[in-house]
Amino acid sequence: MLLIRCPWCGPRDETEFRNGGPAHIVRPREPTTTDEAAWGEYLFIRDNPKGWFRERWVHAAGCRRWFNALRHTVSHEIEATYRVDETPPEPPV
Amino acid sequence: MKRFSLLSLMRSAWSAHLDWPSYWRFPDPKRAYDVIIIGAGGHGLATAYYLAREHGMRNVGVLERGWLGGGNTGRNTTIVRSNYLWDESAFLYEHSLRMWESLAEELNINVMLSQRGVLNLAHSHGDVREARRRIHANRLNGIDAEWLDVAEAKAFCPVLDISPEARYPVLGGTLQRRAGVARHDAVAWGYARAADALGVDLIQNCEVTGFDIQGGRVKGVRTTRGAIAAGRVAIVAAGHNSVLAQLAGVRLPLQSHPLQALVSEPVKPVLPCVVMSNAVHVYVSQSDRGELVMGAGIDGFNSYAQRGSFHVIEHQMAACLALFPVFSRLRMMRTWGGIVDVCPDASPIIGELPVEGLFMNGGWGTGGFKSTPGSGHVFAWNIAKGEPHPLARPFALERFTSGALIDEHGAAGVAH
Repeated sequence: MLLIRCPWCGPRDETEFRNGGPAHIVRPREPTTTDEAAWGEYLFIRDNPKGWFRERWVHAAGCRRWFNALRHTVSHEIEATYRVDETPPEPPV
Repeated sequence: MKRFSLLSLMRSAWSAHLDWPSYWRFPDPKRAYDVIIIGAGGHGLATAYYLAREHGMRNVGVLERGWLGGGNTGRNTTIVRSNYLWDESAFLYEHSLRMWESLAEELNINVMLSQRGVLNLAHSHGDVREARRRIHANRLNGIDAEWLDVAEAKAFCPVLDISPEARYPVLGGTLQRRAGVARHDAVAWGYARAADALGVDLIQNCEVTGFDIQGGRVKGVRTTRGAIAAGRVAIVAAGHNSVLAQLAGVRLPLQSHPLQALVSEPVKPVLPCVVMSNAVHVYVSQSDRGELVMGAGIDGFNSYAQRGSFHVIEHQMAACLALFPVFSRLRMMRTWGGIVDVCPDASPIIGELPVEGLFMNGGWGTGGFKSTPGSGHVFAWNIAKGEPHPLARPFALERFTSGALIDEHGAAGVAH
């Protein structure tokens, strides 16, 4: 069970949130000239690291806003949560 | 390999069964193999077995980071079925189910396949229509499937609560009578024992730390027990497929999640079949020891820790009690988790990766156990012949570029 700090509401129980998968995936800028491989990459191919991972969460049973988190996929430790317009923090060394 | 038979069991009884040899050898890795398989779970061991048995490739090494069958092979809820919606999946899983039916004789080990029937419940009119559609699709593909109305479902599974005032009233269900459960450890041990007897080296405590790739072609692997050369390398590492593929410079459409299961204290026989409900999210059966075996949904977040959050278990128990109030005073004995690699379309990836000679069989997500024999069989074909088995062709990685997905979320049985 995770304790997640919503950037607006503060620390809340994991059951209030929904995970939204990897963060910082950019939609192809020029859809008309993007080929199939690049679309496939954008839609389906994902980083799946064993270690620090930037991911999206939504505070579904709270303020209902999206934010990002830097979390470790083995220890589940959350290093930071940050708004989508903030600069992503670097993983701890 | 000393074969199991009535005669051999009787003969060994005279020596108090102390003369049984080890199921497999514990060899040191050779410097080179024709084929290296990474991962000694059910799928990897089955692949090694069929490579040796059907394709005469016996210079095969199976590398395992931990111990044999200690991953998802030993952590699943042992359900075996083939009632998938789309043709591609139906053919693949039915191929597997047919192999299950003769697997005990094939491997000379009791895999305890019990075809007690899998009942998939419908709780709304939408569910009913979807279920009936699945039945028709299954029958057109030669897979047994039938519709049970409420009374018939109650007769087939008497402990089911069918009262109309239930939170999720049962409106009927689909039944695959040939489906059921099997002994998961025996499958791993059986394939390991049979593969070892054919000359395959099973190397445990040997972690792959990198690949030797020259000119776009794989030449071998680096491991914690030294470098090993190989003409062909196959990744069959379930939750860790992405990690290994990354070492080879390949990105995959996979996300690793914890999937939890739990068992109750043992009780007398009470549940004669496997009951699944996608809407309420339950899948439950009773083991031969009397424990109720239940599976939860995946945790929503990515993880490589073999544990999940408690609220997922709590949700699973609430759903189970909604269908079976009779279980309300059962105590739960153990919970555990495994790491499953989930594909966007809930179907596996079988085939060669963008590195020549590097193959992969993964993305089975929450439903890999049932497909163990068929998966190993078609994958061995692919490795040996260098081209996909006809049944596996639609499951190549290219479908994430072409868009020809095989969307089996409805049949996966587990919420993603």
